Amino acid sequence: MPTVYKEAAMPDRVEIRNIKKAYGSFHALDDVSLDIAPGEFLTLLGPSGSGKTTLLNVLAGFVRPDSGSITIDGAEFLLLPPHKRNLGMVFQNYALFPHMNVRRNVGYPLRPRGVSGADLDRRVEEALGLVQMAHLADRGVNALSGGQRQRVALARAIVFEPSILLMDEPLSALDKKLREHMQLELKRLHDRLGTTTVYVTHDQREALTLSDRIAVVNGGKIVQLGTPDEIYDRPKNKFVADFIGETRFLPVETNASGALLYGRPLRTRDDWKSSDKPWLVIRPERLRWKGDETETANRIEAEATDVIYQGDSYLITVRMPDGIELDLRRGPDLGGRDLPERGQPIQLWLDREHTILVADKS
Amino acid sequence: MTMVLNHTGIADADHNADALKRQGSRERRALASLTLPGAILIFLVLILPIGWLFWLSFFGASGEPTLENYTRVLKPIYVRTFISTFEVAGLVTLICVLLGYPVAYLLSQLSERTAGLLMIFVVLPFWTSVLVRTYAWLVLLQRTGLVNTWLIDAGLISTPLPLVHNMLGTVIGMVHVMLPFLILPLYASMRAIDPVYMRAAANCGATPSQAFRQVFLPMSLPGLAAGVALVFVLCLGFFVTPALLGGGRVAMWAMQIANNISVYGNWGAASSLGVVLLVVTAIILYVFKRLFRVDSFEGVR
Amino acid sequence: MLNRPATETQITHFQRLWLYMLVALVFAFLIIPCVIVIPMSFSGSKYLEFPPRSWSLQWYEAYLGSPEWRAATFVSLRAALLTTVFATTFGTLAAYGISRAYRAASSLARGVFMLPMLVPLILVAIGCYFVYAKIGLNGTTTGLVMAHTVLALPFVVIAVLSGLASYDMNQERVAQSLGASLPWAFLTVTLPQIRLSVMSGALFAFVTSFDEVVIALFISGGENATLTRLMFANIRDQIDPTVAAISSLLIGLSIILLVGSHLLRGREDRK
Repeated sequence: MPTVYKEAAMPDRVEIRNIKKAYGSFHALDDVSLDIAPGEFLTLLGPSGSGKTTLLNVLAGFVRPDSGSITIDGAEFLLLPPHKRNLGMVFQNYALFPHMNVRRNVGYPLRPRGVSGADLDRRVEEALGLVQMAHLADRGVNALSGGQRQRVALARAIVFEPSILLMDEPLSALDKKLREHMQLELKRLHDRLGTTTVYVTHDQREALTLSDRIAVVNGGKIVQLGTPDEIYDRPKNKFVADFIGETRFLPVETNASGALLYGRPLRTRDDWKSSDKPWLVIRPERLRWKGDETETANRIEAEATDVIYQGDSYLITVRMPDGIELDLRRGPDLGGRDLPERGQPIQLWLDREHTILVADKS
Repeated sequence: MTMVLNHTGIADADHNADALKRQGSRERRALASLTLPGAILIFLVLILPIGWLFWLSFFGASGEPTLENYTRVLKPIYVRTFISTFEVAGLVTLICVLLGYPVAYLLSQLSERTAGLLMIFVVLPFWTSVLVRTYAWLVLLQRTGLVNTWLIDAGLISTPLPLVHNMLGTVIGMVHVMLPFLILPLYASMRAIDPVYMRAAANCGATPSQAFRQVFLPMSLPGLAAGVALVFVLCLGFFVTPALLGGGRVAMWAMQIANNISVYGNWGAASSLGVVLLVVTAIILYVFKRLFRVDSFEGVR
Repeated sequence: MLNRPATETQITHFQRLWLYMLVALVFAFLIIPCVIVIPMSFSGSKYLEFPPRSWSLQWYEAYLGSPEWRAATFVSLRAALLTTVFATTFGTLAAYGISRAYRAASSLARGVFMLPMLVPLILVAIGCYFVYAKIGLNGTTTGLVMAHTVLALPFVVIAVLSGLASYDMNQERVAQSLGASLPWAFLTVTLPQIRLSVMSGALFAFVTSFDEVVIALFISGGENATLTRLMFANIRDQIDPTVAAISSLLIGLSIILLVGSHLLRGREDRK
């Protein structure tokens, strides 16, 4: 079975099986398995310490797992040294070589691959062109801004047409506007090149923007794997629901006839089949602040305790009958006139298809 | 690398565990082997010979195991050498502290640029060969040397003073060589003392000398201890300067060792003396390290 | 002006005058022997004088004209250059290995490589002499270079370790991810960035070997006598003013190396 990875024109299928990595009693990766489809943009999303970067480093060959297997197109990948894996990697702090200028940085991966001369120059120009950095090819890296460095890092990672692109929170050091701009550029670049990409981030909005699929990671395990809307609308448990979107939760009682919220029946999208105690997922954008008095189903009664203006929205703190306080974001669609006052009782409605219950564990 | 495939064509995960572990230890061994050439050399040149001598020191001239080499070391002549060596080392160290501490202090209080410039006075001797400096002192201190000539010309003395080929010359020469070894680490550690403390002391109403005695001095002790240990230990084993400036009148340990070999061919005596020197050196360094919490003697050059 | 405060504790310059004078005296003490030999070496008479009554290059001519001195100089230079090559290479590799090793292994390695600095030189000298006698390495360049390399190793290791400490090791990972094997990554990414430290270490190695006296006294001899050995014998037995000329040249060399090291340090700091 060949273990030297061969360069293929088509993107490749990656199969990750049973990866375990422990540091003493801490399980950084706890029996992780994952399939990555050819050409897909997969994001590993999770909080710090969840294991997402560890998994990426295992793919890159910088962390040696205790056991497991990774095959690409059927060939065992895990025992290859990092420099034979033909991966492109973009790191959190860009890690451009300070003693080389932009052109030589980008050309660096081509030399061990036997590319030189005019061929090398052409490919460097192409890669720089893709990230709009061709005009700064002869600049030293210290003279570049954060966004520019990141583009050069990207060019360097794609210039040798890797089979897989790995990105470790590449945008986290950029300011908000630049980050959002770069997200779109990354998406466009991926559409254009079609390279299988594994992306690590803790920013859920970024994950939703960029990914074909998201793997939510926590405690060294993949908690849920799915498309962005699956993750958003069908979270498997409280952790996923909490991590994605600006979610609030309310405890829900169950009895023989169904779910109850503060004594009132709750009509949920799916039937609750588990014996675990459920939580109601409240996504503020799904709440209706206006409704018919006669609509009793899925109605939440609360008292408004604070109203804070935040420019594009209002943050309204409400207190539930049992004392739980939630802060809910509300759009400005109704102008200032329909805003609740402090102490005013309010009613909120959730449509049935947006009434989702989750348990603590899936 | 052969791979065991299970029926789904994917390599057996646990089998990989062994291969992965092997890869890991191979990598560690490769890294360790980078230190090998140097380590082997150190073994061959340093550890092996000295170990051999150590071994030899327990054997007599006729090859039977004995402690006579060590008991011989207790003879008056050797004891005198020990004492003399310690005296010289102690004296030189003391003078170096008295002269070097003020210099290090002043330099540490100046701006980095000025201090860097003035450092030349300390660093140039440091980079100059010991032989050259010792020779210079010989030229300066001998009977027809500069110092005597000036003193005579100035009418202060009528006959030349014996300034060299004795203890005085040796001490002067050794102080000259050792001063930078004290000043440099002491300066570094003094620089690291945050001026905030002296400021605080002044704020609290301390007079300058109080502030110095109660704040700066104690904080400079670890650096001073490192310098003192280094200088003392270097003096114990010092050869060149006492040999050239001592005129045979200053009995130093290193010279005793050398004589035992080149003059008497007495390896037993030389090795036992050498072992004792090594042990004493190690003890002094260890004691200082413990007492004054000195982290390393590395920072000299 | 002397009554202006000199420090935080408001002590004035005047009150510290004694300190300034003491330091000036110590500086004079330190520097005069280093430089006084230089003018004296140009003395035209049979003896060294200061100031020289007449100027002449006779002692320099005596030095350069003597086959013995020239041979010894060559021996020293060759040994120093070889020592520099070996010590720098082995020391740099060792420092790299130490910096990447685990805590326990690296402490042990560090200790081993600091040994040559801590062991009394006389002991190293007689040890070498003894072992070399058995294997016929006394009086050879090989033996001398081996011993000097061991002496120089700690300095190279310290210099390179300090250079590696301020270097981002992550860059090697990056290079590997881009297809460079570890040795290639080291050569093309790490080495260029620590070259100042390596050169610094090389400088120390050169000086350590060139100026070394004690070991050379024991194990270099006959045809392979080093410059230092010859000088030592000369100084001890007679005051040959030729030594003054050689000393002046050596002082000049020290100054050049000192300036070189200073420049290297300056460029390092500026990075």
